[in-house]
Amino acid sequence: MDLKNLLSQININADWIGMREVREKGTYRVIRDGNPQANGAGTSHGIMVEVLAKGQFGYYATNDMSISGIQHAAEKAKDQAMRASEYSLYSFSEDARPKATGSYESSFSKAADSISAGEINEILLAGCDALKVSNHIVSASAYGLITETEFNFVSTNGSDVNQKFLMVTSDFSATAQDGNIFQRRTGGRTGHQIGLEVFDKNNIISLCSGIGKQAVELLSAEECPTGTMDMVLASDQMMLQIHESIGHALEIDRILGDERNYAGWSFIRLEDFGTLQYGSNLMNVTFDPTVEHELASYAFDDGGLEAQHQYIIKEGLLVRGLGGKESQIRSNTPGVANFRASSWNRAPIDRMANLNLEAGESSFDDIISNIDYGVYMETNRSWSIDDYRNKFQFGSEYGRLIENGKLTKTVKNPNYRGVTTPFWNNLKKVGDASTFGVHGTPNCGKGEPNQVIRVGHASPVCQFENIEVFGGV
Amino acid sequence: MENKFNIISDKVFELLNEDEYLTISFSSENTQFIRFSQSKIRQIGLVDDSSLELELIHNNRTCGESFTLSGDTDADIQSATNLLSNLRTEIVQLPEDPYIVLPENNGSSCDIHTGKLLSVDDAADALTPAMQGVDLAGIFASGKIYRGNSNSLGQKHWFSTETFSLDYSLITADEKMVKATFAGSEWNRSEYESFMAASIKKLEFMKRKAIKVEPGEYRTYIASPGVRDILDMFSWNGLSEASIQQGQSSFGKMRNENSKLSPCFSLLEDFRSGSVPRFNDNGEVSPDVLNLVNGGLLENTLINSRTAKEYNVISNNAGGGEGVRAPYMLAGDLLEADVLKKIGTGLYLGNLHYLNWSDCIGGRITGMTRYACFWVENDEIVAPIENMRFDDSFYNFFGENLEAVSKKVEFNPEVGTYENRSLGGTHCPGVLLSSFSLTL
Repeated sequence: MDLKNLLSQININADWIGMREVREKGTYRVIRDGNPQANGAGTSHGIMVEVLAKGQFGYYATNDMSISGIQHAAEKAKDQAMRASEYSLYSFSEDARPKATGSYESSFSKAADSISAGEINEILLAGCDALKVSNHIVSASAYGLITETEFNFVSTNGSDVNQKFLMVTSDFSATAQDGNIFQRRTGGRTGHQIGLEVFDKNNIISLCSGIGKQAVELLSAEECPTGTMDMVLASDQMMLQIHESIGHALEIDRILGDERNYAGWSFIRLEDFGTLQYGSNLMNVTFDPTVEHELASYAFDDGGLEAQHQYIIKEGLLVRGLGGKESQIRSNTPGVANFRASSWNRAPIDRMANLNLEAGESSFDDIISNIDYGVYMETNRSWSIDDYRNKFQFGSEYGRLIENGKLTKTVKNPNYRGVTTPFWNNLKKVGDASTFGVHGTPNCGKGEPNQVIRVGHASPVCQFENIEVFGGV
Repeated sequence: MENKFNIISDKVFELLNEDEYLTISFSSENTQFIRFSQSKIRQIGLVDDSSLELELIHNNRTCGESFTLSGDTDADIQSATNLLSNLRTEIVQLPEDPYIVLPENNGSSCDIHTGKLLSVDDAADALTPAMQGVDLAGIFASGKIYRGNSNSLGQKHWFSTETFSLDYSLITADEKMVKATFAGSEWNRSEYESFMAASIKKLEFMKRKAIKVEPGEYRTYIASPGVRDILDMFSWNGLSEASIQQGQSSFGKMRNENSKLSPCFSLLEDFRSGSVPRFNDNGEVSPDVLNLVNGGLLENTLINSRTAKEYNVISNNAGGGEGVRAPYMLAGDLLEADVLKKIGTGLYLGNLHYLNWSDCIGGRITGMTRYACFWVENDEIVAPIENMRFDDSFYNFFGENLEAVSKKVEFNPEVGTYENRSLGGTHCPGVLLSSFSLTL
């Protein structure tokens, strides 16, 4: 589709016009208990026309991408902007949509069509079989989602951006039963910008065998102890900790109050940037759109801002917010290129993208060997936080006791709760590069109207002290 | 819109071979969204979106694909034809599914609900004045929604509705909030203005200084919107038969250990309000009413046809995910006027926030208090509370700790808009609990 040509044919009088075309195909395959549960795909394709008039943006997202359809969309978008301009929250100029030209393509080794549907089903079936390590495994499933996205953006101030993404999300899970005890262990549903090289049968069999064994192990495990103690989190639990208690708290549109009716507000105030000690001086958090294979890497956000690596928290001090150009203008606060929409049919808002805790200097053995008593937790299974991003509670699938500097017994139903800044100020040790894991989820929800978006979180293993830990019912 | 759906479906069915079955699902909306903050307009726009999904069955194998319709019927017929060809190429590669459900023709339906909505040109002027003088954040969504389902055996279902909702929070200067939803099918300006005025009046309670409540067990009343949030959890590893069979359900204890809830607790699936289609993605029609939990006992789970085949049980035509699509919790006899007196000293929780299973098998749910939540002392509201985390099992709070259920059942409309506007809502009363656990 020649978007620039379409743009040139729009005949309306406006301060700025932009067109954002998104075409996304998601192909999902699920095997459960040895049988195909789903083989499906969905392609969504449309254009959002945005028009700036009298300081207000109006939009029309349309599935009719003909010349007449786009003209109609532009007229209606302008009309909406004009009618709303009398009640605008903020009067913008074209500065909110900087000119951007360039392209991005995510890296992969094997293209989306390099492995047939039949072969993928066979590989997932092999994974499923490998999960069933014993008769205690009552249900096993293997899941793969392949997403191909193309994004084009043009505007009357000269933007011309093309971005292409190939992403794979996979998950393998085993539910084990012994009498009335049920325990579920998974690979942690995680996604990356990557190709079909992830469907490596031998790797999947090996991973699934481990998952199945741990599911059975949990059946005879003791409950996670209750008490205040040291806690060590693996990178696939750190993912949710970062997401909920850093990412959402620092989205500038939340701080400005846009989300108060839905996802909530934030305890952060604009004056905290540059002054608030968010965590211990071991805490370094970056917005990093440059990590190869991380799920939310890109070159430009949906408003045309060029994406760059930025420190958000440096040695524990809060230095920068997660806000795109509109929020930066509204708040007069430094931000990042994270003005993003889930698809063509939603308007962009501030969305965390890749948000990472940088590696430190402690090896995994260093961390464990210095703990008299505590719990090590892997793989998130439960998450909840208040509407200011303060009081949280998380649960993990799998835990190990730490006693006198060693990992000992397996424990089940490990949970913990806390309050955001005291928690991060209790960050005692940060793992080195050998403990670093890159994760991502396609399922972050926010916004009105609602949008689900992809985020990436990379982190090393981390130790926290004086944490309220507890087990199951 | 229905005519387009019929034309495309008929053309595609003509292309089928004798040993092929096809089900076609249609989803469409024309929506205006206006996002408010500080009682001003943050974002405004229109969305037109339509999609068609083809599900092919052949030789004990199945696969499906959907695409966005362009609005040009000829082009869409060609796209659907191409899609059918792709599905034929893929299906022969797939393993057999022993639990395949073939479509049937059990009769067709057409359920059209018209409304009288604000025009997209008038909405900003109609909505904004009544919210001046307070700080309002929220979302207005209005327009037409369509759902269709047809199959190659000649069955066809059609559902359409025109609805609007203004879902909003009013916020005081020190960040206390009340929440409300003004929704319906016929816009009425004076009803809207009265509704908004009533919300503004409720906000006065929130201006009292908040008090801190310590972790502990409390007598608690949870109002209908909060109960709705708890009932939502029962559609996630809850009342699904497949979830129980696969060892992942919070209701497994009721099946496997004979656990019971309070005799005061009864939950149905009830489609009689007509706010959601009764047909599922297979085109199967659910019963008007299905008892799920009756007087504290698990009477029925939600069973779709594939689950029925796999586990040798009888289908009640549940949806693909076996979630509760039209939840209705039965009323009790607690009068609204008596609620504070019955609490005595304890908590009145207007709303809850961000619920999740903290121990799914044990039925334990964690979440937060939010919006209009108050400390009650000696039968009177004293002050709003600072938000607190709860963590408690529904086997407790809908079990022996469920002291009473309110007489008034309220409708909480579904205002979710992930990918498209959701339909329906939850009918439920409030609940009085002799004990509810706050933890942080």
